Amino acid sequence: MSTDRKAMRELIARRAEKEIHDGDYVNLGIGMPTMVANYISDNKQVVLQSENGLLGIGPYPTEDELDPDLINAGKETVTAIKGASYFSSAESFAMIRGGHIDVAILGAMEVAENGDLANWMIPGKMIKGMGGAMDLVHGAQKVVIIMEHVNRNGDPKILKECSLPLTGKGVVNRIITDRAVIDVTEDGLVLKEILGDYTFEDIQSVTEPKLIRE
Amino acid sequence: MKEVYSSFTDAVADIKDGSTIMVGGFGLCGIPENLIKGLRETGVKDLTIISNNCGVDDWGLGLLLENKQINKIYASYVGENKEFERQVLAGELEVELVPQGTLSERIRAGGAGIPAFYTPAGVGTKIAEGKETRIFDGKEYLLEKAMKADFSLVRAYLGDKHGNLNYRKTAQNFNPMIAAAGKVTIAEVENLVEAGDLNPEHIHTPSIYVNKLIVGEQEKRIERRTVAQS
Repeated sequence: MSTDRKAMRELIARRAEKEIHDGDYVNLGIGMPTMVANYISDNKQVVLQSENGLLGIGPYPTEDELDPDLINAGKETVTAIKGASYFSSAESFAMIRGGHIDVAILGAMEVAENGDLANWMIPGKMIKGMGGAMDLVHGAQKVVIIMEHVNRNGDPKILKECSLPLTGKGVVNRIITDRAVIDVTEDGLVLKEILGDYTFEDIQSVTEPKLIRE
Repeated sequence: MKEVYSSFTDAVADIKDGSTIMVGGFGLCGIPENLIKGLRETGVKDLTIISNNCGVDDWGLGLLLENKQINKIYASYVGENKEFERQVLAGELEVELVPQGTLSERIRAGGAGIPAFYTPAGVGTKIAEGKETRIFDGKEYLLEKAMKADFSLVRAYLGDKHGNLNYRKTAQNFNPMIAAAGKVTIAEVENLVEAGDLNPEHIHTPSIYVNKLIVGEQEKRIERRTVAQS
């Protein structure tokens, strides 16, 4: 990964951290969302949920702490914090569907202006599966998407309608990219923040639906 | 007292061609390693597997794939396996992807006598195609059916001779629901103790769900070894 891309992902992860409040129970998706954990302020007490059955994900283990029976949903070896709990997958998704998770931060391939999310399959490519994403987007109190604003060809990923198969309909609350923070509202997409030296017009030019000024 | 086996091929000997089998585990964590190897040895074919994942190329359910013993699999994520991809593209293996929470609840429902339930997961997506929907309090839900199996294979950390089971850390995952949803449940335990040696308050799977026991030494392969940078 280029240093530019790495810096971009760090910028997004740092901004996403601000969505997490003291006392929150949070689920972080696989990939860039997992990086958000590195930036959670010491002033906030946050409990990270892992859908394979752990409430209270800790840092990666030392060689001595390494335990094959203790992994996160990305199948990485982890540790558990003091006060953690273990449970079954059914219990895990009961707490997800039941609305007990305050914030879920997930990645995306495309987001539409009505909050539709596509992040699990590309037709014609080998389908790996949706894992827990389809459950998470309906259960969490707030669904925050973090992604690069445009794809590798420079085309918008925020669209009037998703072209890829959906993960959920009307499920996204907020989108955080390397260029902007955008809320999905009943009136449409509201540009809440601009990151870096961009103008409103710059952001609009790489966003397919019309943006509303805050 | 449940029958305690000493041979893994004997423990799975009743599993015949065409059986539907649920297998516990998340990735390679909490899988019944030796019962899977036993199935590979008996060589039964045309299996339908219900499991969150399908192992990796040379371990876990990947061993049954490699030996072309699986016809169909229900799973939520299968992206760790090249042979899997080859068999799907060649039309040799049928896959039904199920959202993870729906999969765990379908299995739970199967063991709990609930024929079907409504869930929001998958509404408005490909998963909803052909399924009944219903509105509750203004929100749309999908009707999802329970799953059961001819045989369930689980792995526990501790088991007693009555069949009570205790799981360790995140190796619990799908195992408790799977233990309850099989007509015949075979538990591979890391440690077998006498009845009475487990604290009844620490039992995750009560003995009523378990039919056969066997002690298995686990390799516990790690799929993604991540350690803290010092």
